[in-house]
Amino acid sequence: MEERIPREDFQRLAELASLELPEEEAEYLRKELNNQMISIEVLESIPIDAETGSAAHGLPYTDFNSPSPREDITSLDPHRQAILDQAPELEEGYIVVPDISHQELE
Amino acid sequence: MRTCDLPAYTIADLIKTKQISAVEVLDDVLERIRQVDGRPGEVDASPAETEEDLSTIHAFTQVTEEYAREQAGKIDQLIREGVNPGPLAGVPYTAKDIFTVKGIRSTAGSKILSNYFAPYSATVVERMEEAGAVMLGKVNLDEFTYGSSSESSAYKPVPRNPWDTSRVVGGSSGGSAAAVAAGEGAISLGTDTGGSIRHPASFCGTVGLKPTYGRVSRYGLIAFGSSLDCPGPLTRNITDAALALQAIAGQDPRDATSATVPVPDYLAEMEKEIRGMRIGLSEEYFRVTYFDADSLELVESPIDDQIRQAVLSAAGFLAQLGADIVTDVPLPHTKYGVPTYFVISRVEASSNLLRFDGVKYGYRTEESFKDLPELYRKTRGEGFGVEPKLRMLMGIYLSAAQFDKGYYQRALKARALIRQDFDTIFDPRGKYRLDALLTPTAPSTAFPIGSVYGDSVLMQYSDQLTATTNHAGIPGLSFPVGFDRDNLPIGAQVLGPDYSEGSLLRIARAYEIVTEKEAWRGQKPPLIADLDA
Repeated sequence: MEERIPREDFQRLAELASLELPEEEAEYLRKELNNQMISIEVLESIPIDAETGSAAHGLPYTDFNSPSPREDITSLDPHRQAILDQAPELEEGYIVVPDISHQELE
Repeated sequence: MRTCDLPAYTIADLIKTKQISAVEVLDDVLERIRQVDGRPGEVDASPAETEEDLSTIHAFTQVTEEYAREQAGKIDQLIREGVNPGPLAGVPYTAKDIFTVKGIRSTAGSKILSNYFAPYSATVVERMEEAGAVMLGKVNLDEFTYGSSSESSAYKPVPRNPWDTSRVVGGSSGGSAAAVAAGEGAISLGTDTGGSIRHPASFCGTVGLKPTYGRVSRYGLIAFGSSLDCPGPLTRNITDAALALQAIAGQDPRDATSATVPVPDYLAEMEKEIRGMRIGLSEEYFRVTYFDADSLELVESPIDDQIRQAVLSAAGFLAQLGADIVTDVPLPHTKYGVPTYFVISRVEASSNLLRFDGVKYGYRTEESFKDLPELYRKTRGEGFGVEPKLRMLMGIYLSAAQFDKGYYQRALKARALIRQDFDTIFDPRGKYRLDALLTPTAPSTAFPIGSVYGDSVLMQYSDQLTATTNHAGIPGLSFPVGFDRDNLPIGAQVLGPDYSEGSLLRIARAYEIVTEKEAWRGQKPPLIADLDA
């Protein structure tokens, strides 16, 4: 049976997700993903007419339940130091990021 | 009866009338935790192995005793000063470890957040504390809430069902349901993205309320599916669910999707009579359509007849009280609930999980790395368990332009159709004019630990009867309706139109009163019954 997600596509997905995966775990994940893909193919058979819109939320947001837009005012986050304290590496109040490699986009 | 087994409303009343102190209540519930919970979940710890491990509940990832003592002391001080501490004065509660609590480790059940201490508290936690409740600690869950059995947590041992410790607790708010069922807190805060409050409530014999999307703020909730997530309470009775919802509901300026609709008096709504209410039954909710991994086909089968009969019996009791039961209500898109959920929830989950990178906070690999991408890959490969990895990979596959087959757009349209199904049956000028739909909460009772975990598709189909509610954004309330032959709890749920929580509480409360003297109501989890013997 044709696999929906062959190894090559799976490797690309793992790259996009920034995941280093041991071989055995990768094979388990690929098998489960293929089963999940088969289970969603039923969506292709739903009769959907041109009138049917896309629901970003099930619940409609109208004047009845939506807050007014808030004022566009900047303010300092009160948790600044507590947030910085969580960083694995800090230098003079900045979070240290390792070298960023450069690659040409295809 | 011990204090820890009393309802929240009774505990608050006893404290406010100075018959007992908040510290005394806390002492009793901490003693219960020591008696039944066993070792708390820890990241990378061994799973349950010893006889003691296998016969205890493991609901907690951490008991915050010092924090709780400080809160209980403040409540007692207010009482001494003649100040009313609030409607939940001194009521012990737990929070699913997906809510941030200032200064407390907030892990989402994941290694990648195992060292994260939240700098702020979730709105629901702040509101519980403003109402006088006392937080006992954080309870276990499926990693990042991804699952229906709480087995995917990185924190081992995973929770075990108080009614039979060889069974799962359901999920993903499994620690919440187990804790409430075992008297380890009168209330627990959970979240429901595809059924994660109602499903474990059903498996553990508790009440679980998923509010209308936006009724309760999501601020401070570590996100899964942002268009689906709903915080809500799990309790041992309907009145406590109404009290807890009253405390946490309402607009929050820090969550732009929280609704501006006024919050009614749920206790008053709950006590109204149900005579004349129209309650529907739909055959679509008495069968399951699931993907069979052996034949690779969708298979349809009726749900367990014991569950069907328990729900029909509940409908009979409601009819005795004057409700009109409307049968054969059509909800034709129910069977697409899980496939639609597979798509929408994975796309939203993958977007939410990309922020965890080992740079700003949380776990970072101890291996060497040459540059930033390698740091990301190693940290995320080690820090996430299989469920988050699966959801990210699936979400990226479904949303990346190079693989796009239009499933996401199709799922958004399927969600619109599921919503239309509910709009049709709840339309006050339509053919059905229902106030609520009564259905089983889950297609099965609690299954044995290890029997489904690992089959990610079959596990997802456990949410078949709950996920549609989240797609539509409507509220749902699960409550116990009896036991099966193995003495495992059966849950039913009532679903209603937007912001109809008051009506749902009214129906469930009426059922609770009319079945008060039924023999099954007196049953206790064996672990608790043994303590009382």
